[in-house]
Amino acid sequence: MKIPYYPGCSLKTSAKNLEVSALAAAEKLGIEMVEMPRWNCCGTVFSLTSDDLMHHVASVRNLVRVQEMSENGSVDTTNKMVTLCSMCFNTMKSAAKRVRENAEDLVKINSFMDTEPDYNGNVQVLHLLEIIRDMGFDKVSAKVTRPLEGLKIAPYYGCMLIRPKEIGIDDPEDPTIGAQLFKALGAEIVDNPFKKVCCGAYHTVHNKDTVIELAHDILTHAQEEGGEAISTSCPLCAFNLDNRQKEIKEKYLKFKEMPVFYFSQLMTLAFGLGEDACMFEANYVDPRPLLKSKNLL
Amino acid sequence: MPTNTVITAANEAFLRRINELSGEKVTRCEQCGICSAGCPLVAEMDRTPAEMMRMVQLGDEDIAKSKTIWICASCFTCTVKCPRGLDPSKVAEALRQLNLRKAVDYIDLMNIPKEEMEILPQIALVSAFRKLTG
Ligand code: SF4
Ligand code: SF4
Repeated sequence: MKIPYYPGCSLKTSAKNLEVSALAAAEKLGIEMVEMPRWNCCGTVFSLTSDDLMHHVASVRNLVRVQEMSENGSVDTTNKMVTLCSMCFNTMKSAAKRVRENAEDLVKINSFMDTEPDYNGNVQVLHLLEIIRDMGFDKVSAKVTRPLEGLKIAPYYGCMLIRPKEIGIDDPEDPTIGAQLFKALGAEIVDNPFKKVCCGAYHTVHNKDTVIELAHDILTHAQEEGGEAISTSCPLCAFNLDNRQKEIKEKYLKFKEMPVFYFSQLMTLAFGLGEDACMFEANYVDPRPLLKSKNLL
Repeated sequence: MPTNTVITAANEAFLRRINELSGEKVTRCEQCGICSAGCPLVAEMDRTPAEMMRMVQLGDEDIAKSKTIWICASCFTCTVKCPRGLDPSKVAEALRQLNLRKAVDYIDLMNIPKEEMEILPQIALVSAFRKLTG
C-alpha cells in the first residue's frame, strides 16, 4: 500500500521519534507512507463553533494535496491519507467530515482558496493504528523477531484518538487497539483505569499545575496496576506525560520515573529494526535501562 | 446560579446566541450531571459543566465570565457520555468565543517564562493560542 502521509509540525521537531519509528514500522508491514508535498499546519485543534469556517481552511488545503496525489498516481490508494499525531488526525478528520456533510461550507471554503484546485470532499483521514488493525494484528505478529517478553505496558489513549465517537478509531468507553497491538508484539498488557483521561493538553502552557496533577494520576495509576511503561500516539500527551515528569518528581518526592513510548517505537523494537529506527534517545525519560533489564536491548 | 426564574428578553437572546454559536440545543439538557461527574477538570472549575448548561438555559450571562469556560480543555469526555446527545464542549467553546471575538485574550505570550518557551513544543503553543486568544 502506498498512501499519502501528513506528518504535521511536531513530527518534524519535538516528536521526530514518532515519525522515524512509525515510518520504519509501517514499511516493514508493507505500508509506504509518502509525505505529501506543500503540507501546512492543521491548526492542532478543530474549531467547535458553528460559524467558524476560517479555521478549517488549513486542514482542507491539506486534503487537496491528497486528492492531487490520488489523481497523479504518486500513490496507489484513492482519496485516503494517513496521520500519526492524534491531534492532527482529529483535526483533519473532523474538518473532512464537516465539509463532506455540509455542501455549503465546502463551496465557501473552495471559493476562499481561489489559488487551489477545488476540494472534492471525498478524502478519508486515517490513523496508522487503524490501518494496522484493519490489516490484522496477525500480520504484526508475523514480523516480530524480538518479542517484548516480560515488558509490562499500560496503553494510554487520551482524547483525540478515541473521541468524539464519530471521529475516534475505537470504542470511546473501552479502547483496546493499543492493547491488541502490544499483545501482538509479545508484551504484557496492564489496564490503566486512567487510560482515557485527558492529560491537560495545552494547559501545559499557562496552567502547568493542572497538567502535573493529571499526568501524575495517569502515570501512578498505571504503576499501581503493575505497568512499567505507558504508550501514546500524541506528541502533546508525550510532552505532558514524559517531559513533565521533571516537575512531577519535584512535587511528589515518592514518584518514580516511568518511560513513555510512542506506540511505533515498540513496533520497531519488536521488529528488530535497530536502535536508529527506535530513536529512544529523543524520549525524556530514557527507556533504555528498562529495556536492558528485560534483555530487549 | 440565579434564583430568579423570570426569563427576560435579554436572557432569551443570550440562550439563542449560544445555541446558534455552539450548534447545540442547550434547552434539551436535563441536568443529570453526568458531564460534571466525568469531567477530568471539574475540580478546577468555578461552575460545573452541568451548571454551565443550566446557566445558559436561563440566559445568565455571568457564565461567560466564569473560569470554567477557560478550564474546559475540549477533551470530549462529556461529549461521549451525555445521555441527551449534547456536547458541553461546544457550549464552552461558544462561550470562549463570545469573549475572544471582543478581543479579550485569556493568556498573554509575554507572561510565559523564557525557560518554558524554550521547552514547550509547538503543538502546545499553537493549541493554547487557538483556544485562548482571539
Ligand atoms: S450530561 Fe448532558 S443532559 Fe446531563 S447535565 Fe450534562 S449536558 Fe445536561
Ligand atoms: S470537554 Fe470540557 S467540560 Fe467536557 S469533560 Fe472535557 S474538560 Fe470537562
